[in-house]
Parts: sequence; structure tokens; C-alpha cells
Amino acid sequence: MANPTGKSYFGRFGVHIAVLFFVALWTLPTLGILVSSLRDKDQIIVSGWWTAMTSSTQTEAGRLPPPNTAVERDGKFVLEGNLFEEAGSREITNFGIRAQAPTEFEAGSTADLGDGETLQVNADGGFIMTMPAASDSTRGRRVYYAATVPPRFTTENYENVLFSEGIGRSFINSLTVTIPATVIPIMIAAFAAYALAWMRFPGRALLIATIIGLLVVPLQMTLIPLLEMYNNIGNLFGVSSKTYYGIWLAHTGFGLPFAIYLLRSYMAGLPRELMESARIDGASDFEIFVKIVLPLSFPVLASFAIFQFLWVWNDLLVAMVFLGSGSNQLVLTGKLNALLGSRGGDWEILTASAFVTIIVPLIVFFSLQRYFVRGLLAGSVKGG
Amino acid sequence: MAGQIVSAILVIFIGVGGCVAYFWGANKLLDVIFPSRGVKGGAAIDNLRRQGVIRPWLFIGPALIILTVYLIYPVVQTLILSFQDRAGENFVGLANYSWAFGDREFRNSIFNNLLWLLVVPAACTFLGLIIAVLTDKIWWGTIAKSLIFLPLAISFVGASVIWKFVYEYRGEGQTQIGILNSIVQFFGGDPQVWISLPFWNNFFLMVILIWIQTGFAMVILSSALRGIPEETLEAAVIDGANPFQIFWKIMVPQIWGTIAVVWTTITILVLKVFDIVLTMTNGQWNSQVLANLMFDWMFRGGGDFGRGATIAIIIMLAVLPIMIWNIRQANKETGGH
Repeated sequence: MANPTGKSYFGRFGVHIAVLFFVALWTLPTLGILVSSLRDKDQIIVSGWWTAMTSSTQTEAGRLPPPNTAVERDGKFVLEGNLFEEAGSREITNFGIRAQAPTEFEAGSTADLGDGETLQVNADGGFIMTMPAASDSTRGRRVYYAATVPPRFTTENYENVLFSEGIGRSFINSLTVTIPATVIPIMIAAFAAYALAWMRFPGRALLIATIIGLLVVPLQMTLIPLLEMYNNIGNLFGVSSKTYYGIWLAHTGFGLPFAIYLLRSYMAGLPRELMESARIDGASDFEIFVKIVLPLSFPVLASFAIFQFLWVWNDLLVAMVFLGSGSNQLVLTGKLNALLGSRGGDWEILTASAFVTIIVPLIVFFSLQRYFVRGLLAGSVKGG
Repeated sequence: MAGQIVSAILVIFIGVGGCVAYFWGANKLLDVIFPSRGVKGGAAIDNLRRQGVIRPWLFIGPALIILTVYLIYPVVQTLILSFQDRAGENFVGLANYSWAFGDREFRNSIFNNLLWLLVVPAACTFLGLIIAVLTDKIWWGTIAKSLIFLPLAISFVGASVIWKFVYEYRGEGQTQIGILNSIVQFFGGDPQVWISLPFWNNFFLMVILIWIQTGFAMVILSSALRGIPEETLEAAVIDGANPFQIFWKIMVPQIWGTIAVVWTTITILVLKVFDIVLTMTNGQWNSQVLANLMFDWMFRGGGDFGRGATIAIIIMLAVLPIMIWNIRQANKETGGH
């Protein structure tokens, strides 16, 4: 849109700044979990993700070797070594011997532990503990220290959530729910849409109105009777009421009004001459549909497929009602919800899990944005 | 697990194959029972007419059955259940409704839902409109739009985790790792547990939905803005209108219909909002909303279907005017076609 008036008042600069502000506001939250999911889990809790590139100070604890391994030197018993497995990976600024005062002594200084025992911890993690007499204790002393840790990025969090926390399994479950629930409605809706667009029969106007009405029916209206129905069917045949078949059909039902609405308005817009000339050539409705309408409707079929895919993948409510909470049926959204309860403060798990759940929609979204927007513009009466 | 994948793939083939078999088979059968080719004039015309009567129902039949089972029947049944007791065995008249309006949590939900309805559609539409206008003026507008549009692909649960991390609170003396508390602290304020502040926590939850839905409003409104004729804008410029006048007096009235569509779409979504409240607070600290309360009653203490259904009916009543308006609009557009 060529709008020359923006320049005079805001100025181009102001517009750039304003848009930049909005973009930052909209991307920073997502960036936050992406960055955090790749950080070391000890660093996530001690510094904000926006400082991920700089060193952070962490208070940690280590244990000295047991006193009975001390070697005698100059009449004293000495324990020597390094607190870190790999020396120099971090720098100690302070250390202490009590949990209440973990930074009591500066690195490099010698702490008096009483009874003639002394402990010196250096910045690189090296320590020397001297004792006046031999000890047969097998418990090493705990040492606390504040260390400056260089930024560390890792994929450990992802390995952890995918293989130990059950996100990997839930990922498979989500795919199991989503793909059939996307494919099945397309075909059923396409035939119905063609009939509503190009065939004459009594009650057609009423049917169209009903479908438009059903577009906005809140899911909440359907859940209780369907749950009852599923339970009854389950009891009748002695099978579980929570099955993948059940949720596939439920998602098909919930997606149909939008599918029929979207496809019908598209098919109704196809040129009438096309159908009529085909009919004159002796083609039946079935042939016209399969050979002419279906191929021409590809863009709108793609739009619907993307919508239904995103909606089913992102759904929590339907999955919670129609699927069980066992690991063989818990989908990603449900799993994430469960983790929020059980692993509330473990951000390394939550952020990595969240990112796994949103990565598929993001890929679908970015690669097929054109179709997505088209569907959005055509069907903006659907509530979600 | 492998068995699960195989059965899913199998279902796709059975489902699609079944559909193809049904539609193709039913058509074939119709042609066989009422042949229109190879029979004499009068009979052929008769059969063709019979085919014309039956065929639409073959096409629309499966959809009709599924819609009836999964939408029409449940809606009627929910209405009936709302007048029955918790197990759906005895009629209790309006007892569920009178319970609802006396229940503190229900009234709190109604109040919160009203807040959501006032704030979220307005905020999404307004922000969406502003961003649509601004991004149309710059060369990297498409990229900016994509980024603002992106949250629309994220699930409500995912978005809740994202924002829970933004709102994260750490006790006094600890480094704040939530960006909001960190900013508050930077400006000298006290960090807060944002989602447990009664009344105000509603707004922190609303932010999540606004964050998701603004992209939707932006895309729809942006395409409507492109539909405004150039001449109209040029004429306004020549007449000496300033950008604010052009925005409020030319652009907004021109796309009024689209604004209404965006507004109502988001309104329906707000009435159904469930995941955000469930995952962020589960209705604690006075942040309950109807959809989550309904879900709660569906399973609370083994499930009270009567009360659950009653809450669903209340949500439906709120949607009803929009539904009627939609049907009217659609009828007007197709002219009863």
C-alpha cells in the first residue's frame, strides 16, 4: 500500500522503531525458552537467559577425599587435589566450609578449621588440607564455593526429556493422533462440500445454515454426552473407552463443520461452465468431482489440512477427555501439562519439552505459511 | 510403540480406503440399480431423475452421520443433562442453574470471563490493526509480520510454559531469572509472584492469549487494508488529512466489517479459553474461567455431569448471538443459494 502520509508525522525512523519494539515483544518470550533449553541446567537457575553468553557465578558444593587417605608430610597429614575434574573449567572466587556461609573465605586464603586443621582452596580448584594427626574417617569434608562459570551450552536437556522424561514417547503418540485425524475428515468433507455447492436437493439451504451454526458451537457443549457415550460403548463391549479410534473420530467430527464450510465456499467459486460442459460430455457427478473439482481444490485442501493438523497437534482438551493419561496415550500437550505440575521449577526440562512440542507446528507453519494464511482469510469465522 | 505406529498407518489406509470404497461403491451401485445408459428413452430419464434425488445424499451421508453423532446429538443431550442430577438419572428442574448463580466460584468465573471478553478481543484487534498499518510501510514488514504471526502456531500449553518462564519468580536475594521480574527489579521495583495476585493475575493470563491471537487479527486486517482503493487515500491526502485522521476516519470505517469478524472470532475463542488457565493457575487465586470450571466439574469427585452441562449451556448462551449473526451474514452473502 503506497501510503505517503506516514513520512511527514512519524517519520520513517519512528515506524521502524515501533515495529522493532513489537517484534521484540513477540519474539523474546519464545527466544527465552529456546536459549534456556540449550543452557546447562545449573546455569539456568542462577542467571537470566539474556545473560547466557556471559560468565555466571554459581554457588556449588564439593567433597574432599576421605581423611584416611591423607599422606604424611613434614609431620602433618596432607590432603591435596583439585575440586574440579577438569582443572580450569571454572574459577573459584570464594569458598567456605559451612552451608550457611558458602563464601566465607577468599580463594587462595587459608581457612582455619579448628583443631589445628587448615584448608586452602585456590582459584583453579586446587586445595590443600592439613591435619595435625592421622584420621581413620572415611567421610570427606564438604566444601562450598562460589565459582565463575563460563557459558556452557548443551543438548543434554533434549536428550534427557526425549529419552528419560517420556517426551519422545509422547511425540509418537501425538503423531499417532494427528495424522489420521487430519486425513480422515478431508475426504468426507470434500464430498459433502461438493454436494452442497453443486448438487440440487431439498434441504440444502438448511444444511448449509446448520453447518455454519455448528462452526461456533463450543467444544464444551459436546464433551459430556460424548464421554458418556464412549463409556457406555466401552462397558457394552468390555473394552477401554479411551482409544485412538475414539479420538480420531472425535477430531473428525469437530473438524468437519470448518472443513465443509471452507471447501464449499471454495468449490462454489469454481466456474460453472466447467461443470456444465463436462456434464454435456456425459460425465456423472462422481466423475466431475474426482476429475475436475478435486484437483482444482488442491490449495483449499492444503489449507484445511494445515489447520486441522495444527489444531489437533495443539489440542489439550479433547486429548484429556478422550485419551488416558498412561504413557502409551499421553500426547505432547498433555505431557507438558503434567510436567508443569510435577517438574514445576525444573526449567531445563520444561523449556526443552516445550520446544519439542512447538517445533513441529513451527516447521509446518513456516514451510506452508502461504496456505495457512489463505485458509485463515477464507474461514475466519471459526473460533479456533 | 512400533505396533502403535503401524496401527496408525494402517488406520490411515483403512480410513482413506474405506472412504474411497464407500463413495465409489455407492455411486456404482446407484448406476446399476437405476441405469441411465443402455435403457430406452422414458426409463432412462426416470432413472436419471431418481439418481439425481439419491446421489446428493450418498455424497453428504457420511458427513451428516458424523455431524449428528459428534455435534448435534451432544448439544441436545447437554441441554437435557443440565436439568438433571450429577449422574444424569433424575430431573432436578432448574436446581443446577440456581446452584450455579449462588456458587462463589461460578460467579468469580463469570466476572473473569467478562474481563477477558472486554480486554482480549479489543487488545488483539487494536494491536493487530496498528501492526498491520505500521508493517505495511516498511521494507522488512513481511518478516516482521511472520514473527508476530508465529505464536499462532504454538499450542496454548506451550505458550503457557513460555510465559510462565517470563513471569518466573525467585525468592528475595536470588537472581531473578524471569525477564519480567528482572525488568521490574532493574527499575527499582519489588519482584512479584505475578500469577497469584488476585484480580491482576487475570491480565497476566490474558497477555498470553493476546500474544497468540494478535497475529491472527493482524493478517486478516492487513489484507482488508490492502483492499482499500488507492484513490480514497490519495483524495484524503490531497484534502490535507493527517495520518491520524486517515487512520480513524478513512481506514477504520472502510474495514469495519472485517474488524467485526475478527472481533467476534476472538470473542468465541475467549469464551472457550481453557488450556491457559488450567496450566497457569488451574483457577487458583481467583483466576477461574467458565471453560476450566466446566472441565473441573466433569471430573470433580467422579464427575457431576449436571453441573458441568449447566456451565456448558451458559457458555453456549454467550456464543448464540454470534452464531445467529453468522448464519444471517452467510445467508445474505449466498442469497439463499
